[in-house]
Amino acid sequence: MTEYHHLEIHNLTMAYGDIVIQENLNFTVKQGEIFVIMGGSGCGKSTLLRHLVGLMQPAEGDIFINGVNLWQASQMERNEIISHSGVLYQGGALWSSMTLAENIAVPLMEYTQLTEKQITDVISYKLSLVGLAGFEDYYPSEISGGMQKRAGLARAMALDPDILFFDEPSAGLDPISSRLLDDLILELRDSLGATVVIVSHELASIFAVGDQAIFLDSDSKTIIATGAPKELLESSDDPRVRRFLTRAAHGSMETEVRTYV
Amino acid sequence: MSAVVHEKYILEPRDAGFCLQLTGDWRFSDGIPDIEPLLQRLSAEPTQQQLNFDGNQLGKWDSGLMTFLVQLIEYCQQQQIEVKTAGLPPGVQKLLTLAFAVPERKGARRQILGQPILTKIGNVTIEMHRSWYDLLHFIGEIILSTLKMFRGKARFRRSDLLYQIEGAGPSALPIITLIGILIGLILAFVGAVQLRLFGAQIFVADLVGLGMAREMGAMMTAIIMAGRTGAAYAAQLGTMQVNEEIDALKTMGISPVEFLVLPRLIALCITMPLLCIYADFMGIIGGAIVCSTMLDISFFQYFQQIQNAVPLKHFIIGIVKSGIFGVLVATSGCFRGMQCGRSASAVGYAATSAVVTSIVLIVVADAIITIISQILGV
Ligand SMILES: Nc1ncnc2c1ncn2[C@@H]1O[C@H](COP(=O)(O)OP(=O)(O)OP(=O)(O)O)[C@@H](O)[C@H]1O
Ligand SMILES: [Mg+2]
Repeated sequence: MTEYHHLEIHNLTMAYGDIVIQENLNFTVKQGEIFVIMGGSGCGKSTLLRHLVGLMQPAEGDIFINGVNLWQASQMERNEIISHSGVLYQGGALWSSMTLAENIAVPLMEYTQLTEKQITDVISYKLSLVGLAGFEDYYPSEISGGMQKRAGLARAMALDPDILFFDEPSAGLDPISSRLLDDLILELRDSLGATVVIVSHELASIFAVGDQAIFLDSDSKTIIATGAPKELLESSDDPRVRRFLTRAAHGSMETEVRTYV
Repeated sequence: MSAVVHEKYILEPRDAGFCLQLTGDWRFSDGIPDIEPLLQRLSAEPTQQQLNFDGNQLGKWDSGLMTFLVQLIEYCQQQQIEVKTAGLPPGVQKLLTLAFAVPERKGARRQILGQPILTKIGNVTIEMHRSWYDLLHFIGEIILSTLKMFRGKARFRRSDLLYQIEGAGPSALPIITLIGILIGLILAFVGAVQLRLFGAQIFVADLVGLGMAREMGAMMTAIIMAGRTGAAYAAQLGTMQVNEEIDALKTMGISPVEFLVLPRLIALCITMPLLCIYADFMGIIGGAIVCSTMLDISFFQYFQQIQNAVPLKHFIIGIVKSGIFGVLVATSGCFRGMQCGRSASAVGYAATSAVVTSIVLIVVADAIITIISQILGV
């Protein structure tokens, strides 16, 4: 175990041009933790993920991965750090002109010395983990949306990265596949020691896998709750968090509606 | 009954079956051992119906080990050898369960077959036939939409049309200026070298005026616009095809031809003749530069000569041509875009083939128009 946290975020402010999306974000993710980012649609979860994987530069604040400040490191160092992470994008982001097998083969060919036969074997193992055994030779346009999502997941896991970022991995999946995905995420952490950062709306899976969570709010533009999802459900007194975690079963939904009308 | 010994594993008969003992680190970075000797050994002994594992000596591992085990277990399943994973670390067991949780869907796997040459020729022919059919269909739809537009019923957004006109008109002026002047310069220069031998320098004006007005103005504009705007149309519509945006239009009952193709077509039909006039003018200026610097012909003399030698009808022929080229460029650009497949490389292919189709059509149309005007004597 390292003496610093796997991921540390200090005073992060995210903005598109002049429009600030979120400000003053502070949180840490420990090695081997499953960390959930929650929040309403459009509050900036995907944007936060883009910052964490080094695609966007913070407007203010610092991001440390394994103790290295991402944006004070040289371009080379940054690429090196980022290549050790696996990312699943919200839209899958598979390369449309390659088959699923070729999609997964790209990182394997780039970063390992495996032979062609071994790469084929690794691909079929990764695809079977996400329930897509046998779909090696399909193009992304020939499979369904949920299947594309799972194939993106297989690509993100190709190199057994030590940190994984998943943007809504279970969106578009049936309950059974979604459950298997939760098991897979837990197993990646338990057996390979991977740190997993997930953006998710799926309450069942948030409670099933999440060790720690933050809740972003688009009105106050910052984190309004931090903690283990179950504890947040039991003890958070913030009505916004409670409404989210109980699917608006509790809290002041009615008065809210009245004020809007 | 001998054991198979490898630096990372030992396969030996034990009790009622085989036992595979795993040792050392099993990560990608350590390399995955060859599985063949193991499989051979297993198949050599069809009487042994069970495979056990011993993972006590196992060091660090990652998907390298998992890949190996999945291969092995799949093989055992085929040979109906019972696999007992109890001896493996719990993490490995759980990942194996997940890997085999969703069985391979029947019929999903694809056979990649080589095709005999005759089949290929046949497929290409059918494809070409279908492509012609599609093209005719597309042209038919354009004509219907145009008619609808004249009756004031076509549905597209006026702002779209203005946007397209801006993109295909004013923004193209810099490149047309540059190419126009250079073409004028080149025509004049080539003419000057030859005509000076006979002392007939003044006819350079005729050459440039006639050349630009009848041929080069329209032709160069069309080719520039094919590369600039036709390719852009193909890429835009192709990307919309990839993102299911065109499907969204269709399911809303809006014809994509009306909504997307018509504004682009009209835009090019309007801007091309204007750009052609502009290019004619730029070419003539290019000629004037050569005449005044190399041949001592004054601007006034030069323009006087052009006025006498090039009657208006030549300009009109050029302008009409450029209108026709505009239709061709817009049609092939939009057609290729609408035909586009659903991948990034399909968009690239659409853009390329839009330019190639446009240029071929432009040259063929130009030849036909030249022959017709020859016959008509204009
Ligand atoms: N490229 C961009 N330029 C400007 N603003 C953007 C851009 N991308 C996103 N935004 C804005 O940033 C905000 C956050 O977007 P983001 O995609 O991070 O939301 P999200 O929390 O992931 O939502 P969802 O749960 O729906 O995926 C949104 O309000 C959006 O309008
Ligand atoms: Mg998002």
